[in-house]
Amino acid sequence: MRLVAFLALSLAAVGAGIAVFVVDSMARATVALAASFVAVGAVILLLDAPYLGVITILMMLMEMAVMVVFMIMYMMNPAGLMPMSMVHNKRGARAISIGMFGLLAAGVVMTPWPQRRGRVPADPTHALGEAIMGSKMLVMIAVSAVLFATIVSALVLATGRGRYDPPEPAAPTGEAGS
Amino acid sequence: MSYPVWTVPVAAVVLMSFTATAAVLDAVLDSARRGGGWRERVGRPVWEAARLLRQRRRTTVAPDALLWRLGTSGPLVVALLMAVVIPLGGRAVTDPVVGVVWFNAFDVALWLLWWCAGWGANSVYGLVGGYRFVAQALAYELPLMFALTAPAVAAGSLRLSEVVAAQDRVWFVVWAPVAFLVFLLAVTGFSVWGPLSYPAGWDVAAGVLAEPSGVDRLLLLTGRYALLAAGAGMATALFLGGGAGPLLPGWLWSGLKILAVLAVLVAMRRRLPILRADRVMKRAWLVLLPLTLVQLLVVSVLTYGGS
Repeated sequence: MRLVAFLALSLAAVGAGIAVFVVDSMARATVALAASFVAVGAVILLLDAPYLGVITILMMLMEMAVMVVFMIMYMMNPAGLMPMSMVHNKRGARAISIGMFGLLAAGVVMTPWPQRRGRVPADPTHALGEAIMGSKMLVMIAVSAVLFATIVSALVLATGRGRYDPPEPAAPTGEAGS
Repeated sequence: MSYPVWTVPVAAVVLMSFTATAAVLDAVLDSARRGGGWRERVGRPVWEAARLLRQRRRTTVAPDALLWRLGTSGPLVVALLMAVVIPLGGRAVTDPVVGVVWFNAFDVALWLLWWCAGWGANSVYGLVGGYRFVAQALAYELPLMFALTAPAVAAGSLRLSEVVAAQDRVWFVVWAPVAFLVFLLAVTGFSVWGPLSYPAGWDVAAGVLAEPSGVDRLLLLTGRYALLAAGAGMATALFLGGGAGPLLPGWLWSGLKILAVLAVLVAMRRRLPILRADRVMKRAWLVLLPLTLVQLLVVSVLTYGGS
C-alpha cells in the first residue's frame, strides 16, 4: 500500500516537474511546480513525519503563489497566448542537469544508510522540535526578534501610500479595528 | 479519536448542510433585494442554484480553462478537506497529530486557487481580483498563523482533539480573545467575504466573481459559503471548547456553536465596509501582527508561567 502510494506520488512529482518545462504559460508552469512540491510533501507524509510533510506543502504553496506574481511580472509573454519556451541554453542546461542527476543518484546509491535505531516516537512533531530547538532556544529567540523587526521595518519603508491616499505624516493611529 | 473511513461522505454532508444554512441566512439578510418577504428570500439560494445549473457557460476570449476550473472548483474542495479534521462533539473523521497545521496548509492553498480563479478567465476584472487576493492574503496570513498558534500553545499540542480537551475548564476565547477575533477576520479573508471581499469588489465588477458562470459560478459561490462553515467549525474547536456544554450531547453543542459563529460571519458581510488591500496590509502588519504576538506571549505566560 505504501509502495503503491510512494510510486504514484513520485510519478506525479516527476510528471508535474516535467510539465513545468513543457507548458507554454508562466502561470501553468508555476501551478505545475506547486503540484510537484505537493506530491513531494505527501511523500514526506509517508515517512511518518506528518509535521514536515504538511509544512512542506504549506510553505511550497505559499511560495508558488508569491512566485507566480514575480514570474509573470518578469516574463515578456506571461499568458502563453503566443508560443514561448521554458528552456534556454539547452546544451549547457542538459549537461548541468544530467551531471547533477548523476551526482545525486550516486549519492543515493553509495551512501551507507544507517539502520533505524529506536522506534517512532508517539509524537514525532514534539521530538522534532526538541531536536531542532532544544539546545538552541536562546539563539532562536534572539534571531526571531531581529528577523521580525527587520520584516516590519522593511515593510514600513516599502509600503508607500496608496494611489488615492493623501500623504500621511504621522505613524498609523489606533483606527485598526478591522 | 477518529471515525471509520465511511464517515468521510457523512462529514461532507454535514459541511454542506452548514453551507446551505449560511447561504439561506445570507439570502434572508440581503436587504438590498427586498423583492418579497423573508419567505421568498429563504428559497432564493435554491432558485439561484437551479438557475446556475441550467445556465449555459459563458466564456471569454482565450481563457486558461484548466487553471480557471481549478480555481473555481478549488475553494469547495479545500473546505471539504478542512472539514475532515474538524471535531463534532469531540470526534472527527480523522485526528492527525498536526491537525492545526493541516487546516493552515489548506487555507494557504487558497492563495493559488483564488488567484487561478481570477487569472483563468483572461479578463481584466478577474485578473485584478486575483492579484488583490494575493495582496490581501499576504496581510492576513501571518496574523492568522499566530492566532492558530495561541490555542496550540495553550493546549501544548497540534492535535485538535487535545486542543478541545484542554478547554475543559476555560475556553481559549477567554485567554485569547484577540486571537479569536483575528481568526474570524482571516476566515472572511480566505473566503473573500465581508470586510475582506475586496478581490470580489464591485469597483472591479465583482473581480474574481465577474466571469465565472453556470456551474462554475455555482461551485465557486458554494465554496465560499463552505469555507465560512469550515472556518466556523475550526473556530468552535480552537476557541469555544468544541462540544463542551451542559445537558445537551456534545455533537449538538458543537453544531449550535458552529451555527452561532457562522451567523456572525455571514452577518459581517453587510455590517462592515470593504477594506482596500493596501490599507489591510498596513493595519495587519503594523497593528494586528504585534497584537497577536502579544496575545501569544500572554497565552504562553498563562499556560507555562505556573510550572
